[in-house]
Amino acid sequence: MAAPVRSTADQPTSSVQNLTIGKALNLGLRAAMEADDKVLVLGEDVGKLGGVFRITDGLQKDFGEQRVLDTPLAESGIIGTAVGLAVRGFRPVCEIQFEGFIFPGFDQISSQLAKLHYRTQGGIKVPVVIRVPYGGGIGAVEHHSESPESLFAHIAGLKVVSCANPVDAYWMIQQAIRCDDPVLFFEPKRLYHSGALKAPVDTAAEPDPLFASRTVRQGSTATLVAYGPSVKVCLDAATAAAEDDLSLEVIDLRTLSPLDLEPVFESVRRTGRLITVSEAPSESSITSEIAARVQQECFYSLESPVLRVTGFDTPYPPSKLEEHYLPDLDRVLHAVDRALAW
Amino acid sequence: MSSPEQWTRPEPGAGPAATAAEPTPEQVIAGLRATTEGGAELTQLLNPEGERLASAHFDPYVSDIDAEALRGLYRDMVLVRRADREGNAMQRQGQLGIWVPLLGQEAAQIGSGRALRPTDMAFPSYREHGVAYTRGVDFKELLGIFRGTDHSGWDFQAHGFHPYTIVIGNQVLNATGYAMGQKFEGKVGDDDGEATIVYFGDGATSQGDVHEGFVWSAVYDAPVVFFCQNNQWAISEPTERQSRLPLYQRARGYGFPGIRVDGNDVLACLAVTRWALDECRHGNGPVLIEAFTYRMDAHTTTDDPTRYRLSDELEVWKHKDPIERVRVHLARTGGADQEFFDQVQADADAFAADLRDFCFNMPDPPPERIFANVYAEPSPVLEAQQREHLAYLAGFAEGGER
Repeated sequence: MAAPVRSTADQPTSSVQNLTIGKALNLGLRAAMEADDKVLVLGEDVGKLGGVFRITDGLQKDFGEQRVLDTPLAESGIIGTAVGLAVRGFRPVCEIQFEGFIFPGFDQISSQLAKLHYRTQGGIKVPVVIRVPYGGGIGAVEHHSESPESLFAHIAGLKVVSCANPVDAYWMIQQAIRCDDPVLFFEPKRLYHSGALKAPVDTAAEPDPLFASRTVRQGSTATLVAYGPSVKVCLDAATAAAEDDLSLEVIDLRTLSPLDLEPVFESVRRTGRLITVSEAPSESSITSEIAARVQQECFYSLESPVLRVTGFDTPYPPSKLEEHYLPDLDRVLHAVDRALAW
Repeated sequence: MSSPEQWTRPEPGAGPAATAAEPTPEQVIAGLRATTEGGAELTQLLNPEGERLASAHFDPYVSDIDAEALRGLYRDMVLVRRADREGNAMQRQGQLGIWVPLLGQEAAQIGSGRALRPTDMAFPSYREHGVAYTRGVDFKELLGIFRGTDHSGWDFQAHGFHPYTIVIGNQVLNATGYAMGQKFEGKVGDDDGEATIVYFGDGATSQGDVHEGFVWSAVYDAPVVFFCQNNQWAISEPTERQSRLPLYQRARGYGFPGIRVDGNDVLACLAVTRWALDECRHGNGPVLIEAFTYRMDAHTTTDDPTRYRLSDELEVWKHKDPIERVRVHLARTGGADQEFFDQVQADADAFAADLRDFCFNMPDPPPERIFANVYAEPSPVLEAQQREHLAYLAGFAEGGER
């Protein structure tokens, strides 16, 4: 295998860079490939083009066509061969172009990727990462705006995470690649290139654990729990609510399977009120699971029922209607009002 | 060895099986057509009469198979068939939940399996007990799957034998990925090159995963041999329900060679698979082999073939039996005497008795096995579930029987 040629043209002198989520993912992938030559990137258009979102930009140029593979156009093939490569000892990172195209690969994900370790009583590890750009708000056609993460969180053997900011994007992708279990890595596509979310990323820092949620804003009146693209919505809502002297706590779940709910329980015991926010349909979802677990753990602390602000239980609508479908600041604050008025 | 008369079949009046025989005219025609097809296209080195046929192309691949080696292949097939019949019997006795018989496919499996080297990797479907045997997997380790004590028992790496895959066609993509890895690691390109073989059936050729495996392997020049055992029936559906043209001819559309071999001819299966693996080792893969054979028993022990095919079909295929032709050849050429055949039969009976004894004494797994190895890294959620369930069970131990 050819040794990777490291691009040195734009090497920063400091370990801190101001990055978007997209660029942070790109650098995170690069760091992972430099750290371990068993890491492969494979997917449609990930090579010369750098992916339709440019997340893999420049990787094929620097690491070669045997480590960054432009694959034939078939998602079951991408994931099925990644399983075989992992059995052989590689650490494949698959890109699914849009979440709505993952379903041809669903069989390989649920039947092989999720179960091989269990089937062999630990004899086979399948450290495959599947990167999935997800969520709406980009004015796209059908199958380009969905939030199918709950389907994967429901499958034993898979781990499911989602990043919401550049620092997490940089570290979580590397941690997911190092993880010996298969990880579905959901990326908030409409925030990829958001300048407003640009943040300093210290590539020499010590990252938080991958499978841990995090309180991203302290508060005392009610708790908002979100992940991925909805974290920003909740933070904006908390800022707006502060003008009305409402103190909202915001928790970024980060990991959807396994769920790390201790910080949520601790928060709800203080605030007594919980609103969960997600773009996914609400039925049988991550938000349902949180509601069930919170009522089990925090029954006597709750001052109101757990409320959910989510997409509707419909297929994703035509994009001219998506602003109705997607949870926004007003819908979140409306739920806060309802919880407080209970 | 067991004679055709001893093969398992439904007893008359033993339930709906014997009274439900109603194959459609289409099924009958398709099934009977499958008894005659394949002739001119078939690579054959040992015909059903036990006569050795010369092949300028393939003879060099079996030039080392002398009488002793042929006796070995014969013994392999007899042992595997005997164990397979024992599997059926143990299912009937309730010792196995289900059994997936390989009866009739011994030559395809032993011939191709014996073509492999230790450094090669085989990806089976779920009927490849014969291939497992050639890879050194203890037949006992196959039983857990069918008794319900585990999902896969053997060390895949030590044996070069991937776990059984039950979802039809999935393993074809997994094998292709593995073979791509062999190539990426630079293990392909000379006589010592590595190769992968993947087993699937005629029904699987309709699966998208098999198509995608063909596409991927062709695009990446993956060293993978696609070994399709066309046993004529995907449960009740004849091969003509899967394809208009002979399956091996599909390879042409993907840009690699395809070949049809007599799947009941152990020598031809060995030669053709050695050739195909050799192509792969040298970087000329992939290759598709269609082993033209016949599933002489049911799809599984839950199946009733009398509903969809005539016994006439089986009678015709009995004349092409994979074991009989080797026995006849050995006997006719003086390659083996009666003492040898008797000894093999005794060995096979002992092999089966040992298997049976083991199976009857297989313990149920402990309940905590449910939670074990779901993840490679610890899962606090599962640890909590396990604690809760074990505490629940402990309550019965303290308070009385469950």
